Amino acid sequence: MASSSTVLPAEQSEQTLLSPQRLSHLQLLEAESIHIFREVAAEFQKPVMLYSIGKDSSVMLRLAQKAFFPGPIPFPLMHVDTGYKFHEMIEFRDNMARELNLDLKVWRNEKALADGANPVALGTQRCCGLLKTTALLDGLREYGFDAAFGGARRDEEKSRAKERIFSFRDKAGQWDPKNQRPELWNLYNSRIAPGESIRVFPLSNWTELDIWHYILLENIPIVPLYFAKERRMIIRGDSLIPVEQSFVKSLPGEEQWVRSRLRSLGCSPCTGAIRSDADTIPKIIAELIGFRSSERANRVIDHDQDGSMEIKKREGYF
Amino acid sequence: MSSHEYKPEGAAALLEESAENVLPAQVDFAIEEFLAVEETKDLLRFSTAGSVDDGKSTLIGRLLYDSRNVYEDQVRAVTGKTVAPGQKQPTIDFAQLTDGLRAEREQGITIDVAYRYFSTQQRKFIIADTPGHEQYTRNMATGASTADLAIILIDARKGILTQSRRHAYIASLLGIRHLVAAVNKMDLVEFSEEVYREIERDFAALVKQFGKASLVTIPVSALNGDNVVEPSANMPWYSGPTLLEHLERVPVGGEDAAKGFRLPVQRVIRPDQNYRGFAGQIAAGTVRVGDEIVALPSGRTSRVASITTFDGDLEAAFAPQSIALTLEDELDISRGDLIATPANKPQHATAFEASLVWFDGSRLETHKPYLLKHGVQTVNTRVTRVLHRTNIQTLEEEAVHGLGMNDIGVVEIATLKPVFFDPYAENRATGSFILIDAATNATAAAGMIRRGLESDAADVKQGAVLVALDATHARAAEEALLERDVPVVRTRSASRQLWQSLVGIGVVAIVEGLEAAAAETIAGELPLTVLGGDGPELLLELEVAGVLPQKGRVQ
Repeated sequence: MASSSTVLPAEQSEQTLLSPQRLSHLQLLEAESIHIFREVAAEFQKPVMLYSIGKDSSVMLRLAQKAFFPGPIPFPLMHVDTGYKFHEMIEFRDNMARELNLDLKVWRNEKALADGANPVALGTQRCCGLLKTTALLDGLREYGFDAAFGGARRDEEKSRAKERIFSFRDKAGQWDPKNQRPELWNLYNSRIAPGESIRVFPLSNWTELDIWHYILLENIPIVPLYFAKERRMIIRGDSLIPVEQSFVKSLPGEEQWVRSRLRSLGCSPCTGAIRSDADTIPKIIAELIGFRSSERANRVIDHDQDGSMEIKKREGYF
Repeated sequence: MSSHEYKPEGAAALLEESAENVLPAQVDFAIEEFLAVEETKDLLRFSTAGSVDDGKSTLIGRLLYDSRNVYEDQVRAVTGKTVAPGQKQPTIDFAQLTDGLRAEREQGITIDVAYRYFSTQQRKFIIADTPGHEQYTRNMATGASTADLAIILIDARKGILTQSRRHAYIASLLGIRHLVAAVNKMDLVEFSEEVYREIERDFAALVKQFGKASLVTIPVSALNGDNVVEPSANMPWYSGPTLLEHLERVPVGGEDAAKGFRLPVQRVIRPDQNYRGFAGQIAAGTVRVGDEIVALPSGRTSRVASITTFDGDLEAAFAPQSIALTLEDELDISRGDLIATPANKPQHATAFEASLVWFDGSRLETHKPYLLKHGVQTVNTRVTRVLHRTNIQTLEEEAVHGLGMNDIGVVEIATLKPVFFDPYAENRATGSFILIDAATNATAAAGMIRRGLESDAADVKQGAVLVALDATHARAAEEALLERDVPVVRTRSASRQLWQSLVGIGVVAIVEGLEAAAAETIAGELPLTVLGGDGPELLLELEVAGVLPQKGRVQ
């Protein structure tokens, strides 16, 4: 971490409030994540990083660069594209891949899309099942990936609080929360039988605030959708639905320009925007700590039913 | 309404309040100042253990709620209510804030380690929240393995039960330095100082038996919040810190940086011919450019040429930073090797005594092959003997032949290759290991090395010997060694790889038809001793190399 470099020449080290032999919490989290990346690259045949284009993926990507520096990232990235991502996300993804010379795979459930799958027609659960979970499992199987990095954090949602850093998946890609491998110290068990796989969560111990703070300190590029600006929105009740997909129909008078931003990035029909003036990262952080709702509250899919994230995870969702 | 229906309104309802509250009264909020403080915060990892009745989840829920670390939609999700202004607060079931999985909610118990995050002005915290019942000893050990501090809950009405003793024992076994006894439910004993003092005294005596952990005892009522975050008005006789005050003040970090330098090599980074970096997370100590280092197991030495990071080269680095080292000399170092300081080398052994916490449903069998993962090295291993099991109710040592799920015991372990370690009590990172069942891939046990066991020649690399002789002498040497029960393979191959494999599996390699000098050239930096000569001279050399027991030394 450049801006809070840990070991400074002696004359500079007094500037930091921490003693020279101690690391800040972000430096500790960074060191832990880099260790995880290196373990996976060494112990698996064919790892992949699942790249969702969001802020957590952006941090994950930077940590992977750090882990193998001055060498390249020794594994490909895969984006599971539902076809309903915001166009700014896709542009950002392709730019990053070009600039960093990444080996990026894009996987879509083309069959479901051809059959007209969308959240209005199918409901959110079936739509997610086909375009995210099925697509992910198919993509992993098609390439034969045996380990997949994901950007999930334990502070996001209750069922994630118990997920391991190395999370074992059976041959069907499913998670058994009652039978997780014990995980002690930083000793990860990476042994699997053919067809089984491990999901790896190098950001497990990061909080949402840590992610934003790290993006600020490291100057990590993120999708512009996170920053407030005037955007075309359908205003329905108190919700702001971004005008993006034609199947989300607006009633007369519902469409307006609203100064708004997205707090987390999902598919455009299912991700609500918030009214906001936060157009810089410090302002986003200021907004975040003034916030009284947790970050996934704007995701329709998490609230489908009690414990819905756990159900999706058991089925193979990230 | 069907739960599967597309309904962005649902999300909007949840957002309603927050959208109104974007930067409420904090317009002149000094973000730069906040971030400057944030940047210097350190991290305390602590574990809690307790079961349904001692109010552990309530305590954590209270800690999160009172330190304003719970979001309103989480409160709403467990109460099902939105608090309208002016309305009385609904009763919050604090335990519901922390109990995660469906299965657990149905049974009303916490059955796995759950990690929680919160922060205050002083520090960031990671809680490993673990179940307290005896059948979850393994989960408790898991949570304790990365913790700097453990909170042990004691029900003031019941005093010190076997469960509290067990928690204190496991926390000490896993090397936690700071113990906090939270004497809970003080409201149910009328905030009696007498009750509290007796528990405080008895618990201090108990903890003393387990080792050198420091102990702080605090009387609390998790339900009402006494001494959790705010001092209690009900216990004026208590002048110590509240639980949160103590968590914010207890010293952490820094200790490992003062120990002997250890870098387990995770990966060799070699983007081109000009760069060769040995990457890993420093397990202990500090390293500076120019420091002399020793690579193990080869024993070759060199000096640190540079310390590489993405953010630029460093002059020095310390535990637990993740870095890469380049060396002045070209040493043959690969994943699983350890780079250390020659002045303070780790111990090495192929047999050691260790404490084990057994996890797996199938019992520990002596002489069954397991994989031992220690640092970044995985070696074949066998448990040769179970010395005893600790009865986790009485804490007495019992003679047994095997260990079952949730058992804690002390065993002797033998590995096929030497393991470079420090005793767990001195260094958690280089003294810990896990055992993996080679057949099922299950993580079978967690281990903490107590000490290396004396072998015939503990100071020499046992068995890693290659003898280069002409055909006649080769055959004679083979016979002589077999007679002394030393495993030998005779070969005419000059393949470096084959030699490495042979000494790797622990046999003496006798290479026929090659001069010792020529063999040495081929062997290069392989971690083995090349011998030549014949007769008594060779036997003596084999003694020195540790293949044969030394006659002149009393063992």
